[in-house]
Amino acid sequence: MNATAEQTATPAEMMTIAASRELANDDICFVGIGAPSAACNLARLLHAPDITLIYESGTIGTRPDVLPLSIGDGELCETALTTISVPEMFRYWLQGGRITVGFLGAAQIDRYANLNTTVIGDYHQPKVRLPGGGGAPEIAAHCAKTLITMSLNARAFVERLPFITSMGFGEGGDHRRRLGITTAGPKKVITEMCVMEPDEESKELRVTEIYPGIEASNLLRACGWPLKISAALVETPPPTAEELATLRYLQEKTRIAHGQQ
Amino acid sequence: MSQLMSLEAMIAGHVEDGDTVALEGFTHLIPYAAGHEIIRQGRRNLELVRMTPDILYDQMIGMGIARAMKFSWGGNPGVGSLHRFRDAIENGWPAPLEIEEHTHAAMTCAYDAGAANLPFGLLRGYLGTDLPKVNGNIRWVTCPFTDETLAAVAAIRPDVAIIHAQRADRHGNVMLEGIIGIQREAVLSAKKALVTVEDIVDDFGERSPNAVILPGWALTAISLAPGGAHPSYAHGYYKRSNSFYVSWDEISRDREKFLTWMDQNVMNRNIHGSAEQLSG
Repeated sequence: MNATAEQTATPAEMMTIAASRELANDDICFVGIGAPSAACNLARLLHAPDITLIYESGTIGTRPDVLPLSIGDGELCETALTTISVPEMFRYWLQGGRITVGFLGAAQIDRYANLNTTVIGDYHQPKVRLPGGGGAPEIAAHCAKTLITMSLNARAFVERLPFITSMGFGEGGDHRRRLGITTAGPKKVITEMCVMEPDEESKELRVTEIYPGIEASNLLRACGWPLKISAALVETPPPTAEELATLRYLQEKTRIAHGQQ
Repeated sequence: MSQLMSLEAMIAGHVEDGDTVALEGFTHLIPYAAGHEIIRQGRRNLELVRMTPDILYDQMIGMGIARAMKFSWGGNPGVGSLHRFRDAIENGWPAPLEIEEHTHAAMTCAYDAGAANLPFGLLRGYLGTDLPKVNGNIRWVTCPFTDETLAAVAAIRPDVAIIHAQRADRHGNVMLEGIIGIQREAVLSAKKALVTVEDIVDDFGERSPNAVILPGWALTAISLAPGGAHPSYAHGYYKRSNSFYVSWDEISRDREKFLTWMDQNVMNRNIHGSAEQLSG
């Protein structure tokens, strides 16, 4: 814990910290694995001690001491308020509209925040076969809003997705509403360099926050479509020493617990 | 009433070539010992069903026992790709694999429909996604009350469902604890249900009146297989071997390395290794 935190935060750490700030103490949060899980547990350890974290394995109100490797690690069940079956999780709690925020990642995203986690190339003759949808398509549809964390690069932020696994704003505009989806959809896309938000009308993503030390020209080069930057662009506050120290402590504990080198 | 038998006899007597087989367990209680016994007995042309194929199905696919797979998320959780699954899809090795792909929510509805003796499961799902374009078992129905369009998925009715659980009692009833996933629905959707357990006890003893218990008369056969969920875990018995899940990435990346590992750790083992023996 020291005063040089701002200089020493890695881009991945900055992304996780920026994501954690989006979560509130009264959120009911459906958590994905990886950066989302780190962000949600960081928020719980800092400004949102009473946040309800839910993993799709059926664990409700879990408080893991280390980050789980999978969505069904024993730690999640042992520290949960209750553990329910997977069909109940998806049917009553997610489809039933009980979740305030869903946290997603993906291999690819387009300007309307649609996500691809299924395939690179043709579905039937894939160049790279990805894991698939899992819980994401319905998380994207049924949580009151979603947050997306992804690394900003031209392979991930693409002009056109080969496959839409989870819907963001579809073709943009009121596409969600036309399909009968009543939830707000993606609220923010949090990357390692900036934060993007959908335009109110068109729903196209535009940069609204930029991290300290990042130039706007870096963002434009890293994005696969002509990226728009908001006129009201602000700089994201740098990580506090407490945010950075807490995140590093959590990740170090996790690394030791999972026996990774 | 469920019959108690050896794992070898249970698989030999109840899993046939060409069957649709669902080995379920959502991260927890994955029936590895039973899956390995199916591989050792050389079953062929199976249609594998499972929400999260995980390392077990990666092994079964890589050993060439599957012709098709129905699933909703095919990765190594928190680690990355299932390389044997990818090799089958991308390169047809060791054989092409036909896939039917769903979302988790839809798979749970399809199992639930099978268990409830309904032809299809119903959900608010798949809106705005491309999955219905590549899966003919996702269709649309109109609500007779509201005229809304809802997604329908064909019921899952496996020939055999296989799960792992903590305990059976002397009467052949089975008790599960912890993350119970989709196991009850998988068991009740199948024509035959096989269970491997950590322990067989005289009586379950003191328990919550809401304990998850599958009555023996709803099951086909039970087999004692201590450590049978490793490298997944059995709540109250042993932990998930996260380090093995991480190391699988390297073992499975290369075909030869994978085959050597399977030969040493699965094919030449008559009894499934205990958690201690196999922990990596």
